[in-house]
Amino acid sequence: MDFNDTPEEAAFRQRAQAFLAAHAEPKSAQKESLQKRLSDKEYMLAAKAYQKAKAENGFAGITWPKEQGGQGLAPIFSVIFGQEEGKYDAPAGPFTIGLGMCVPTVIAFATDAQKARHVGPALRGEEIWCQLFSEPSAGSDVAGLKTRAVRDGDDWVINGQKVWTSGAHYSDWGIVLVRTNPDKAKHKGLSMFFIDMKSPGIEVRPIHQMSGGSNFNEVYFTDVRVPHAQMLGGEGNGWSVALVTLMNERLAVGGSPGPDYKEIFDWARTMPGMEGGSLAEDAAFRQKVADWYVRAEGYKLAKFRTMTALSKGQTPGPESSIGKIITANQLQDITHNAMEAMDHFGIITDAAHAPAEGVFQQSHMWAAGLRIAGGTDEILKNIIAERILGLPGDVRVDKDVAFKDLPSGR
Amino acid sequence: MNFDFSDDQKYLKEQARKFLSEQSSMAVVRTILNDDTKSHDAKLWQAIADMGWLGAAIPEAYGGLGLGELELCVLAEEMGRSLAPVPWASTVYFFAEALKIAGSEAQKQALLPGVADGSVIGCVAASEGPGEPRAAHLTTRFDGSSVSGTKLPVADGDCATHALVLVRDETCGGAASLVIVDLRGAGVSAKSVKTFDPTRSHASITFDKAPAHVLGEAGDGEALLSRIYDRAAVLVSFEQIGGSQACLEMATDYAKGRYAFSRQIGSFQAIKHKLADMYVALEIARSNAYYGAWALSTDAPELPLAAAAARIAGCEAYYLASKENIQTHGGMGFTWEVDCHLYYRRAKLLALQAGAPALWKEKLVRRLELRNAA
Repeated sequence: MDFNDTPEEAAFRQRAQAFLAAHAEPKSAQKESLQKRLSDKEYMLAAKAYQKAKAENGFAGITWPKEQGGQGLAPIFSVIFGQEEGKYDAPAGPFTIGLGMCVPTVIAFATDAQKARHVGPALRGEEIWCQLFSEPSAGSDVAGLKTRAVRDGDDWVINGQKVWTSGAHYSDWGIVLVRTNPDKAKHKGLSMFFIDMKSPGIEVRPIHQMSGGSNFNEVYFTDVRVPHAQMLGGEGNGWSVALVTLMNERLAVGGSPGPDYKEIFDWARTMPGMEGGSLAEDAAFRQKVADWYVRAEGYKLAKFRTMTALSKGQTPGPESSIGKIITANQLQDITHNAMEAMDHFGIITDAAHAPAEGVFQQSHMWAAGLRIAGGTDEILKNIIAERILGLPGDVRVDKDVAFKDLPSGR
Repeated sequence: MNFDFSDDQKYLKEQARKFLSEQSSMAVVRTILNDDTKSHDAKLWQAIADMGWLGAAIPEAYGGLGLGELELCVLAEEMGRSLAPVPWASTVYFFAEALKIAGSEAQKQALLPGVADGSVIGCVAASEGPGEPRAAHLTTRFDGSSVSGTKLPVADGDCATHALVLVRDETCGGAASLVIVDLRGAGVSAKSVKTFDPTRSHASITFDKAPAHVLGEAGDGEALLSRIYDRAAVLVSFEQIGGSQACLEMATDYAKGRYAFSRQIGSFQAIKHKLADMYVALEIARSNAYYGAWALSTDAPELPLAAAAARIAGCEAYYLASKENIQTHGGMGFTWEVDCHLYYRRAKLLALQAGAPALWKEKLVRRLELRNAA
């Protein structure tokens, strides 16, 4: 048992470190993040330049086949690069979904000519991709989506609405899951397309989140034409194609999404407690710090176990579903406790007055969304129960019924 | 990154599981549960000794197999899963490990070969009343050659041949020392006490001028016991994940086979989410236990923090798994005949011996502060 890289991994890590030192700024508590410092436009330019540098230096498409311009390396190298990149304020965000989920789907299902046209520009950061699956009435039950595509000559005509689409406003291309046959059962009438986001009839509107910000979009489709040749995986096979996309999502192993045990414990030294000393000396608070530590370390160490499996050439299973359940709930709990410890002062979000510049208040708002995004706690628990523990699926009322005949409520 | 057990260690684990499923079946566990006069299964104890497990991590020079702590961890997981009714934890995790880190050459030569062949059964006698045993409150005294006082409860105290006793040491101003007492000698009387988990016996031991000799440095008893507990906490955490895993499997099997409202109860999300929570807690416990195993086997400075985390996570996972296993079984789970309660009992025993979770949480935070200050 050890935590060391193999010689090959160590050499790769060293190369990654050298690359990052030359092309990105280390994260720093003293310095405002790149995204805050730059305008949206400037940030996007920086992101594209960074992605181009990654491609030129052999750090783009690490696990992709060489014939697609990738590096043809095992997934462990992608994790290693992610670990090192995580230490930097690298503008990689705009490419996460496209390169992590969309383009791998294109690689799996598109024609050679299409791949030749699209993969390179995506890899070099020249074109950004987004993923259009969720709808207002199809979230956890994404196969219940209603956006329709109707065949018209060599084209399909799309009408409907997508929601929670990250980056739709700056994306050049998207993969969109639509219903092509409502007479078939729910999962059988879907098809996947890739689509030019500048097509006439596509309208992108930002969603105003409860946190006040706008990180996602609604995308409206009104008579949008897409060539039949851009269907991925064949008519009626959209669900299997979507599963390939979502499979890739699970490989993206995330870190801590906000203040964790370390941050709240450091901060607690500056806060008055209930026993005459600082909050960090209160017995009840210390018990909670221990719980947070155990969970944060447990998750970090579970990722080391995943890395070990990857390093041995095994593919990680649905075990990684536990990650977001732990981190999102822990974030909500820690920020809740920090705010309670501030007493009435905890209500202040004004950075000029709020302790720790309001980071706990901000993260507390964000945590509520994190428990839903990319699979709710409940769906993730279903995945654990069904795919890991092998429990039976729920009784289905939507099997073998034409989609058009299913009850849909509101 | 190689954060896993080796193929050889996994093979040992597999062999241990096979052996224990035959030699320590639930029927064997229940003979101890149902018989107040039996402290442990002597036949199983001898069988385990014959397998070499008792001396697995004891150097060959002292009659052991000379394997490492990682091998002990995989055995611990299987012992925990099987609920083996033998004084294994007391003897191996506490007594033998204490001798290994603090025993004099003479003490090691006198006792470790006996541990390895099964003739020496060790135990730790620290507690005297509710709460953490601290030097200032100890009434059991050591006068330099003998011990007097009463210890309660002592795990495996009614079948042990030797005890590590935490005493108020009058030779060093009342500081605590750890002393070794031969329980078969004069001035010792042990009486069984009923506990929450009858599959592991406990006793009250009264010492009346019982001959004793110090383990390690006189007056260093509290610090030494803390080091012994850190090591044992890692090994106990493997018993806890073994037990938690058994509960999760038992609950999962039952949820697949039991029908209510004309469907498998495992198809209800209320059951699924309960079992998923057990799985998540177990994964956190397993990951922390592995880190403890690494720290233990490499004698890393991270051991105190890693041990505390492994212990806290192990206690939490086993408590959750054992209580929700009962809940999943419904009324059947509350009967004497169904095995759920055996794990519920063992989970509580493992969480309360060698410091309850709340105590370890405070220890963990103090250790975190020490690390941050360094």
